[in-house]
Amino acid sequence: MSEAAVRLGRPGWSIRRALGVVVLLAALAAVPGFANNYYLEVLSEAWFYVLLCLGLNIVVGFAGLLDLGYAAFFAVGAYTAGIVTLRLGLSFWLSLPISVVAASIAGVIIGGPTLRLRSDYLAIVTLGFGEMVRISVRNLAVTGGASGLVGIERPTLFGYHLDSIGAYYYVFLLLAVLGVVASHRLENSRIGRAWKYVRSDEDAARAMGINHAMVKLAAYILGAIFAAIGGCFYAAKMTAISPETFTFNQSLLILLGVVLGGRGKIPGVILGALVIVIFPELFRDVGSMRMLVFAISLLLIMLFRPAGIWPEKWR
Amino acid sequence: MAALLEVSGLSLSFGGLRVLNGVDLAVGKGAIASLIGPNGAGKTSVFNCLTGFYRPSSGSIRLAGRRINGLAPHRITRLGMARTFQNLRLFRELSAIENVMAGRHCRTRAGALDAILETPRHRREERAIRAQAERWLAFVGIPEVSEQMAGTLPYGHQRRVEWARALATEPSLLLLDEPGAGLNSAEKADLVGLVRRVRDELDVSVLLIEHDMGLVMQVSEHITVLDYGRKIAEGNAAAVQSDPRVIEAYLGREEDAL
Repeated sequence: MSEAAVRLGRPGWSIRRALGVVVLLAALAAVPGFANNYYLEVLSEAWFYVLLCLGLNIVVGFAGLLDLGYAAFFAVGAYTAGIVTLRLGLSFWLSLPISVVAASIAGVIIGGPTLRLRSDYLAIVTLGFGEMVRISVRNLAVTGGASGLVGIERPTLFGYHLDSIGAYYYVFLLLAVLGVVASHRLENSRIGRAWKYVRSDEDAARAMGINHAMVKLAAYILGAIFAAIGGCFYAAKMTAISPETFTFNQSLLILLGVVLGGRGKIPGVILGALVIVIFPELFRDVGSMRMLVFAISLLLIMLFRPAGIWPEKWR
Repeated sequence: MAALLEVSGLSLSFGGLRVLNGVDLAVGKGAIASLIGPNGAGKTSVFNCLTGFYRPSSGSIRLAGRRINGLAPHRITRLGMARTFQNLRLFRELSAIENVMAGRHCRTRAGALDAILETPRHRREERAIRAQAERWLAFVGIPEVSEQMAGTLPYGHQRRVEWARALATEPSLLLLDEPGAGLNSAEKADLVGLVRRVRDELDVSVLLIEHDMGLVMQVSEHITVLDYGRKIAEGNAAAVQSDPRVIEAYLGREEDAL
């Protein structure tokens, strides 16, 4: 690796690649100019899932921990936005820092007790945590019970009211891009390497002076923050949220995106997220069989590409 | 010579099994010391107690005068004790340089926010981590493998990567668990040179466990012999070699041999 690449913190980053990224972003930014609302709706959802999958990838891909309750963090963000705007009457923008704090606390709550657990046990505890959050918001008065929160006000940014699908297309595209940049920088940092050390050999990592408990907690917290920030904007876009959005199926879908694409590999995870959103849409013509076709395609992909469509090189 | 590592009355039990029984051990500042003994004598258990992986049932462990028993492994490493493992424990799917960079973790500070914002502090630190890791790979004589995946390196190189990784933590005491295992005679000769360079050039004291008696006698200035979790002898190479208890532990009693 050249000295310049090290300084940029972007291994293998060339001018050609930078140019490719600029062209791609320009093309994506131009989409609302000609696409109809249906396409914008689907693509916004795709960008949203890119953010969620990248967040879960920190836990599952980088740190190698299983998490079957990731939708809980998404719920924390969405409900924070709902409560901050509806119950407290504060600005939507305040819900961002508050949800980051709330997600960090949730990350510690789930991360703390699970630090000593591995694989299957971890899966059970995280699954339980996901359900706990969903059932709690279903039964609390402040979260609106089973019917959820309705009438969340859409935010205004520099005098521009974010109330069209085109606006949310840009919001989620921006979040996805920020998610990619943050993931990439984390991956190539001291903390990102520590995740990989702990994933690879926990005892050897500890012998190297790495506090494995803190490193895992950091993964849970950062993953939670990704989902919580996404959740805030999800609430703003939908204006209504209900507990049934944050089911085990939701957690599984996000995990599917990560595993399908290739955990630990950022382009793979992006691809996985796009697949889980766009595939079912492509098969709409198949009618009631579309989820079956989707499931069979997933099985085929996992059979022929067990490490994901675009895996990290070593897996 | 002031003692860098002082172990006294170290005992360890697993359930009813006494693995270590009141072991005393000292490593002087700037010393090259060895811990030897037949298979199952408890040598690796001593290492695991020293590095915090096992919690001894009694006894005290002091590093540079500071009591370290009961501390977590990562804190002990931070206090200046680094180790290699009997069976290689490299991060096999990561490159050699990334492995060595692991050793810099406990001497650096940048957090997640520094990384996301790519602060100047973070960039400076990243540059320094990589430069130092490269320096350690050069020190152990394999600068050319830095971008290769550790698990694909020849065995002797993998051992050296482990050394570099341990040295990168800036230890005052380096624990080597059977550094000669699996090496050929030329590599073992290099190993002796490397142990001496670690002590002479880096001023790092060394405590090693080794089965190859030729290597132990050649390199160590002080030898402690364990058998069945007890210390049965200590001294320099000549004294230990002629100690009847040591001969008995290794070869059996004369009447047994007949």
